[in-house]
Amino acid sequence: MQALTNRAREVERKPMSLLERAYLPAIFKGMVITFGHMFKKKPTINYPEVTRPFSPVFRGLHILNRDEEGRENCTACGLCAVACPSEAITMEAAERKAGEEHLYREEKYAAKYEINMLRCIFCGLCEEACPKDAIYLSETFAPANFQRKGFIYGKEDLLIPNPVTEPAAYAKAKGGRVKIK
Amino acid sequence: MLLSIDLSLILEKFVLIVVVVMSSLVIAMYATFAERKVAAFMQDRRGPNRAGPFGLLQPVADGLKLFFKEEIIPDLSSKFLFILGPCLAMLTAMMTGAVIPWGDKVHFFGRDIPLQIADINIGILYVFGVVSLGVYGIMIGSWASNNKFSLMGGLRAASQIISYELAMGIALIALLMTTGTLSLKEIVEQQQQHWYSWNIIKQPLGFLIFLICAFAECNRTPFDLPEAENELIGGYHTEYSSMKLGFFLFAEYINMFLSSAVMVSLFFGGYDIPFVNDASLAETIGVNWIALIHTGLFLFKAACFLFLFMWVRWTIPRFRYDQLMNLGWKILIPLALINMLVTGAFILFQENNWHF
Repeated sequence: MQALTNRAREVERKPMSLLERAYLPAIFKGMVITFGHMFKKKPTINYPEVTRPFSPVFRGLHILNRDEEGRENCTACGLCAVACPSEAITMEAAERKAGEEHLYREEKYAAKYEINMLRCIFCGLCEEACPKDAIYLSETFAPANFQRKGFIYGKEDLLIPNPVTEPAAYAKAKGGRVKIK
Repeated sequence: MLLSIDLSLILEKFVLIVVVVMSSLVIAMYATFAERKVAAFMQDRRGPNRAGPFGLLQPVADGLKLFFKEEIIPDLSSKFLFILGPCLAMLTAMMTGAVIPWGDKVHFFGRDIPLQIADINIGILYVFGVVSLGVYGIMIGSWASNNKFSLMGGLRAASQIISYELAMGIALIALLMTTGTLSLKEIVEQQQQHWYSWNIIKQPLGFLIFLICAFAECNRTPFDLPEAENELIGGYHTEYSSMKLGFFLFAEYINMFLSSAVMVSLFFGGYDIPFVNDASLAETIGVNWIALIHTGLFLFKAACFLFLFMWVRWTIPRFRYDQLMNLGWKILIPLALINMLVTGAFILFQENNWHF
């Protein structure tokens, strides 16, 4: 058969030498390689004990913020719900009554605040829209659940722990991303 | 009288048997753990490290899991043989331990107790007999499963054992010509004289053939064709579940450990401490302490072989069936025959004071 181009080259099919046919040197070479791998650094991160550091722009589960006295920041203005492109946020506003000043910072607060984590795309627009520093995206992500209704996070799931009564839990929930003014 | 049997002898042997059986079970348990760890480290992983410190309780968890699993016996299987298969595999795996000299002797209650269950003068032949019986467990189990993949696995196991036992036997004949005895105890004692009297130096080729055949007899990679997960699903244990499967898997590790022990006693001086005169050391530190060192060293040597088994497994892939047969019949058997002839000629010349 005539070659179409001058680049065609015949495949070299040399018979193997005795050393190659004995296979044992080749096997030994392979064993040296695998033995060397025993001392390599393992790329594994022991997950629950050690976590991979998130990048500073990571956007995870939402938290509803409190001020340093432990009062809720949210005033249920609804800007986050408006900003949300996937319409994941619903809320109901209520008026603060006398004697509730230690719970809510301003006269209006969110009686009900729900985020559907299945709808949420974690874009962070709610965080940008909020005028009261009330909503932030934290460094955790939504855990698995067996039911759809488990993914609708209410206020009790979203609210950050009180910095006055539980400072350790507060610091953990706050993480490194949230800057409280 | 050839053999004086009294109550203390029976008691002493009983204790020894229990200790040997239990310790080989524990060693096999931790061999499964070591296997997973070695595999992980060779693949740049961490391996099991959750159960207990460093994952040391992992084999216990594995065993418990197997015990709690549902026991399935296929409807159309031969029920008796189906159960007999794993039992036989386990039994024959444990039986080899009887003739291996784990140490010299200990001195308790005014008695010298040899650390060997039975010092029979045909020790090696016994090992051979038991090892070749081992494949019956696999064959019976695979046939009784009434599953074509199982049967294929069983057929492969049988033909593999037949092919490699020949080369193994011939390699051993050369070794036995140099030692002149079949008793494992005497073979070990002969190797204690000098550091260079280990049989690996006298019979390097014989050792290599024996090693390769030992891999084949234990059904370890590259000779794990009877299991061959990706060709035969699970091979001979496709239909097995629960602890019956566990017995098959466990028997493999016990076989590995005991064939390591046989290789150590045949070629690597058994419990001999290299570069040390054991007899004079025994006088200075006492018989019991030297027995402890001997046994520890023996187990260490066997552990090195266990590591070799795992190392090879995670390095090279499985042979194709025709390659397996080629290696067994066309390479190993001729090599073993040449080795035997050369050894024979060498011994003849030696006896004739190097004259033709």
